[in-house]
Amino acid sequence: MDLLRFITCGSVDDGKSTLIGRLLYDSDSVSLDILAALENKPTVHGTVDLALLTDGLRAEREQGITIDVAYKYFTTPRRKFIITDAPGHVQYTRNMVTGASNADLAIVLVDARLGVIEQTRRHSMVAALLGIRHFVLAVNKMDLVGYSQEVFDQIVADYAEVAKQLRLTNIKAIPLSALHGDNIVERSTHLTWYNGPSLLEHLESVPATEEASVQESRFQVQYVIRPQTDELPDYRGYAGRIQSGTYRKGDKVTVLPSGIETAIEAIEINQQEVETAVAPQSVILRLADDVDVSRGDSIVPVKQVPHITRELEATLCWMAEAPLRGGRKFLLQHHSALVKASLPTILYKIDVQTFTHVATDEAKLNDIVRVRLKTAAPIVADPYRQNRDSGSFILVDEQTGNTVAAGLIEATDPELFTEAEPGALAFSI
Amino acid sequence: MSTSHLDYLDRLEAEAIHIMREVAGQFERPALLFSGGKDSIVLTRLAEKAFRPGRFPFPLVHVDTGHNFPEVLAYRDELAARLGEKLIVRKVEDTIKQRGLRDATGKFPSRNPLQTYTLLDVIEEFEFDACIGGARRDEEKARAKERIFSVRDEFGQWDPKRQRPELWNVYNGKIQKGENVRVFPISNWTELDVWRYIQRENIALPSIYFGHERTCVVLPSGQLLGLSEHLQLDETDEIVQRQVRYRTVGDSTCTAAVESNASTIDDIIEDLLLAKVSERGATRLDDNISEAGMEDRKRNGYF
Repeated sequence: MDLLRFITCGSVDDGKSTLIGRLLYDSDSVSLDILAALENKPTVHGTVDLALLTDGLRAEREQGITIDVAYKYFTTPRRKFIITDAPGHVQYTRNMVTGASNADLAIVLVDARLGVIEQTRRHSMVAALLGIRHFVLAVNKMDLVGYSQEVFDQIVADYAEVAKQLRLTNIKAIPLSALHGDNIVERSTHLTWYNGPSLLEHLESVPATEEASVQESRFQVQYVIRPQTDELPDYRGYAGRIQSGTYRKGDKVTVLPSGIETAIEAIEINQQEVETAVAPQSVILRLADDVDVSRGDSIVPVKQVPHITRELEATLCWMAEAPLRGGRKFLLQHHSALVKASLPTILYKIDVQTFTHVATDEAKLNDIVRVRLKTAAPIVADPYRQNRDSGSFILVDEQTGNTVAAGLIEATDPELFTEAEPGALAFSI
Repeated sequence: MSTSHLDYLDRLEAEAIHIMREVAGQFERPALLFSGGKDSIVLTRLAEKAFRPGRFPFPLVHVDTGHNFPEVLAYRDELAARLGEKLIVRKVEDTIKQRGLRDATGKFPSRNPLQTYTLLDVIEEFEFDACIGGARRDEEKARAKERIFSVRDEFGQWDPKRQRPELWNVYNGKIQKGENVRVFPISNWTELDVWRYIQRENIALPSIYFGHERTCVVLPSGQLLGLSEHLQLDETDEIVQRQVRYRTVGDSTCTAAVESNASTIDDIIEDLLLAKVSERGATRLDDNISEAGMEDRKRNGYF
């Protein structure tokens, strides 16, 4: 059985919470006591309000909104699913970015009566920016448009324009009604003109995880294990997670940023030596030579060495209340590597509605901007488009310790850095 | 071997080990909160996988309510000895005396709320900057919104509106003096995942998890509570002998048993697949008090 992580993009008004509630309910993932608690709630229609399954905090129940990213789980005989439920309101782009960062698939929810709206474009853009490969265009509330094929076809055609601009490739459009359960788990009897799978059927069959093992191999040291006991006086194991690719015993490797070459003497998982290990396994690597390696260093195959840089260009989603201006300093956390960084320049802002560049000298909460960064020590990185793991970082405020930005590395080679071109189409994959 | 051959349990395990190693790499004085329950037992197995052949970079810390199941205490001591790791035990009883607190009263005197004081005291005593716990997001609606690295202020309080965004698998453990972080490596596991992992790894558990005969009090809700010296029963209470097991292990005065003949892990998984009541709903008496019960306790420093 494998694992699929997906994010649902939409707002309460689109019936997002109802959709998730329906998936949990129809796949028998809701317990009787939780249902009983729901049934005690007054509802508008007199039926169980499935949306209440996802609203966790008191303020959310009081205001009928979703404040924060929530995680839900369900399992079918084929798969375990992790649902990231991110709020859909304009001001919550940061939650959407957070949710999308770990997702393999995005469900973009559209109200059949409204069709493709600004929010649909924004959600699709953020999901695409964060590297999600699979999209479901879930056209909800089909019951309210008489289950009309014409309405559905028009929305699909409108969304094709968005998909073209964003260069989305794997899109599955499904007409459904979360409220009535049409095409959620079972295929709908009201939508006989639709011959495709139900939402759950599709979620069960879509390829679960991108093939990280075919990418270049990346491993970052999290912790050095040195027992220093009588039995193991000289043992040094480098504990970490394989971020991408494959590692084999005997591989010639380079330790970065020092650049020292050595070979993998052993790979251990659970104190057993193995010949091969793949992403995303957590392993211990032992090296043939006694070299200086510490937390945050990378161990990569000699033939797949990434850029080592102190200058990079990145896309940021700004997540703090106080606006960002050029000239600030931060801590840059690139997984287990932590370095000081300065941000001299904001190049431009990306208009999430038109996908174009807009000149700006500041980024407000939820803005997506392209920036240049300089780091106090070299970092070992790949562009995000090539590697979602080694291409991502966060910026941390030195004083408060808060995470203030999500960062996607665009270029590590100054020759590939772009100049600001206001008005140009910002999005490129 | 390619990525796609990894089972979902392999992926959850790899994630949990990665999180534990981040704790080891980022903090000076971490601790693993150990209750003797199945979730914290799974954490110790994950810690072995993360750090052997080295020692754990943290002690096991047990906040002892005094309302324990004796089988669990025996299991705890045996496990700590087998692992050869340091075990720190701090008793709610002592906190009540030292701080002049009022002990739990009533028919079913749960010390769950009092645990928080002992926990905050032990954090202060050892200056722990990170506490690893076995909480899961599927347990409860407020937990579903909590981060894997959950920053608490010096009063241990959780502020759901001020949570840090948690992106990719980058865990931000930067804190200021007085703050600490609660870390939940098995956040993404469900109750069923935990049992399937216990089955796969062949992990020994305290005997109370398996079907056994026990003298119980029947509660008005129909739930069964194992008889113990801490309960203040009336003449009218119905006492019965039942074949039961526990789904969770906590304060014995507020942790209900469920009727079950399950004698093996396979039986328990079978039971669970048929079960239609959530783990907390079946066994916790204290979360039902108010809908926001857990949210309130977390805000006040509960883990």
